[in-house]
Amino acid sequence: MLAYIIKRFALALAVGLFVSALSFFLLYAAGDPATAILGPSATQVDIENVRRMYGFDRPVIVQYFDWLWRALQGNFGWSYYLRVPVEVVIAQRLPTTFLLGICAIMFALVLAVPLGIAAALKPNSLIDRAALVLSVVGQAMPSFWFALILISVFSVAYPILPVSGSATWRHFVLPTIVLGYYAMPAIMRLTRSGMIDVLDSDYIRTARSKGLTGRQIVFKHALRNAIVPVISLAAAQFGFMLAGSVVVESVFAIQGAGRLAWESILRGDIPTMQAVILIFSMTYVLLTLLADLLNAWLNPRMRLG
Amino acid sequence: MRNQPDYKQIEEAIAASPRLIILRQSCRHAGLVIGAIVISVVAVMALFAPWLAPHDPFAQNLDARFVPPFWMEGGSFTHLLGTDHLGRDYLSRIIYGARISLLVGTSSALIAAVIGVTLGVAAGYFGGRVDFVITFLITARLAVPVILVALAVAAIYGSSLEMLILILGLLLWDRYAIVMRASTLQLRELEFVQAAKIQGCSVPWILVSEIMPNLLNSLIIVATLEMAHAIILEAALSFLGLGVRPPLPSWGLMVSEGRDQILFDSWLITIPGAFLFALVLAINLVGDGLRDVLAPESRN
Repeated sequence: MLAYIIKRFALALAVGLFVSALSFFLLYAAGDPATAILGPSATQVDIENVRRMYGFDRPVIVQYFDWLWRALQGNFGWSYYLRVPVEVVIAQRLPTTFLLGICAIMFALVLAVPLGIAAALKPNSLIDRAALVLSVVGQAMPSFWFALILISVFSVAYPILPVSGSATWRHFVLPTIVLGYYAMPAIMRLTRSGMIDVLDSDYIRTARSKGLTGRQIVFKHALRNAIVPVISLAAAQFGFMLAGSVVVESVFAIQGAGRLAWESILRGDIPTMQAVILIFSMTYVLLTLLADLLNAWLNPRMRLG
Repeated sequence: MRNQPDYKQIEEAIAASPRLIILRQSCRHAGLVIGAIVISVVAVMALFAPWLAPHDPFAQNLDARFVPPFWMEGGSFTHLLGTDHLGRDYLSRIIYGARISLLVGTSSALIAAVIGVTLGVAAGYFGGRVDFVITFLITARLAVPVILVALAVAAIYGSSLEMLILILGLLLWDRYAIVMRASTLQLRELEFVQAAKIQGCSVPWILVSEIMPNLLNSLIIVATLEMAHAIILEAALSFLGLGVRPPLPSWGLMVSEGRDQILFDSWLITIPGAFLFALVLAINLVGDGLRDVLAPESRN
C-alpha cells in the first residue's frame, strides 16, 4: 500500500509539472508579453524596459521555474488588464466556481446513481430505456444552447428564475442543471454496468440464498462495491466541470473563475489565463489522486497486500 | 410447429457472410438507421450547399432584419427560416453551416485518430517503457482543461477554421489512445499474432496486417464519438467568440449572434442549436449503434 501511495504521488507530481510546463510554454512562447502589456503603440525603449522589469529577457526555462516557484507560494504575478495581483482576483472568483461545481456534481450524482441502479435492476425495462434516452440526449446537448433554452423558458416565458448573476441560491439553479446534466450520462452508465456486474456475482447469490431481502442486497452488498468506480469518475467529472464552467458562467454571467478565464483570454491577460489553467488542471490532478487513493483504501486486497 | 427448426433461416445464416450479417443487423437497429438518415441529410446539405441554399448566405439586407420563420406571424416563404440581425437568410446560413460542422468534425477526428492510434498501438504492442511514457502522456492530456486551452491557443495564435481543426485534433486523441492501447494489449497475446512473430514477420508488418485490421471496429466507434465531441467543441468555441470568425456561418456562432434577441426572437437561438443538437445526437446514435452491432460485448 505504501509503495502504491508513493508511486501514485510521484505520478501526480510528474503530471502536474508536465502540464504546467506545457501550458506555460504554449502561452508565453507565443506573443511578446511586453507588447501585450504596453499595447501596439509602445516605443522600443519602453518595451525593453518592461522586458527587463518583468524578467522577460531571461531564458524561457528560467522564467518557467521562477513562475512555478512563485505560483507554489501563491504568487501568480500581476494581471495585465486588471492591474492587481492575479491571486487576489482568483481568490474572489474561485469559490463561486467551486460552489457551482459541487452543486452540479451533487445534482448529477443524485439523479444518475438512482437511475443507474433502477436501470440495472431491470435491464431493458421501460426505466432502463428512459435512462438510456436521457443519457444519449445529455451527451448531444450543446451546453450553451441548453443554457439559453432554459433561460428562455424559466426566465423569459415563465419568469420564476433569474437570468444571470450569482447573488442568491436561485441564481444557481439553472447553471447547476446545465453543468450537472452534462456529467450525468457517464455516471449513470457506469453505475448501471457496475450494478449489473455485481448483481451477477457469487457473493450476491450467497446473500440471496441466505434469505436477505432485495433491498438489503442492493444497498448493503451490491451498491457498496458498484459505487467504487463511480467515485473515481465523479472526481474526474468534477475536474471536467471546472473547464465546462467557462461556457456556463459566461452564459449566465456568473462572476466565477471560468468567466474570469474567458475574459482574460479575450483581453490577452496571460498571467491570469495561465493561473486559471494551472489551478483547474491541478485540481483535476489532485482529485484523481485522492480518488485513486480512496479506491485503493476501499479495496481490501490493496489495503492489506 | 414450434419445435420444428426453421431450416430456411439456418441455411440463410450459413450462407450469409459476416459482412452481410452486420449489414442486416445494422438495418434492424433503429437508432443506427435514424442517426444515419440525419447524418446523410446534413451531409447532402453540406455537399450541395450552393445549389440548395435559396439565397447568398453572406448577402445582407438591412431592410429585412429579424424576419421570423414562415410558421410564425410576419414570416414569409421568401425566407423559410427568417433572417438574422443583418437581414441574411437564415436557412442559407444553416445550410452552409453544415459544411463547417462536418468539416471540423471529420478533419479534427482524423488528426486525433492518427495521433491516438499511433500512441495507443505503440503502447499496447511494445509495452514496457514505451507504454509507461505513453500512459503518462494520456494521463497528462486528461489533466488539460480542453476548452480553456483551446480558447487560449485560439486567442494567441489567431482563430481560423484551419487553426480550430488543428487545435481540436491535437487535443482530442486521448480516447483513441486509451481504447487502442487496451485492444492491442489483448490482441498481442492472441495466437495469430504470436504465429506471425514466430514466422519472423517484421514488427511493422505485424502491426499493419495482424493488429490494425482487428482494431478497425473499435476505431470506427471511437471516431464517430470523437467527431461528435469535436463538433460540439467547435460550436462552443465559436459561441464564445474564439472559434470560427464572422461572417462564416457556424451554427455555434449563429446561436451566439442570436443571443441578444433571446427576449423577442428566441427562434434565432433555437433553430441553429436544434440543427447542432440533431447532428450530434445522430452521430452519437450511429456510434452507439455500431458498438451494438460490431462489438456487442463492450456494450456495458
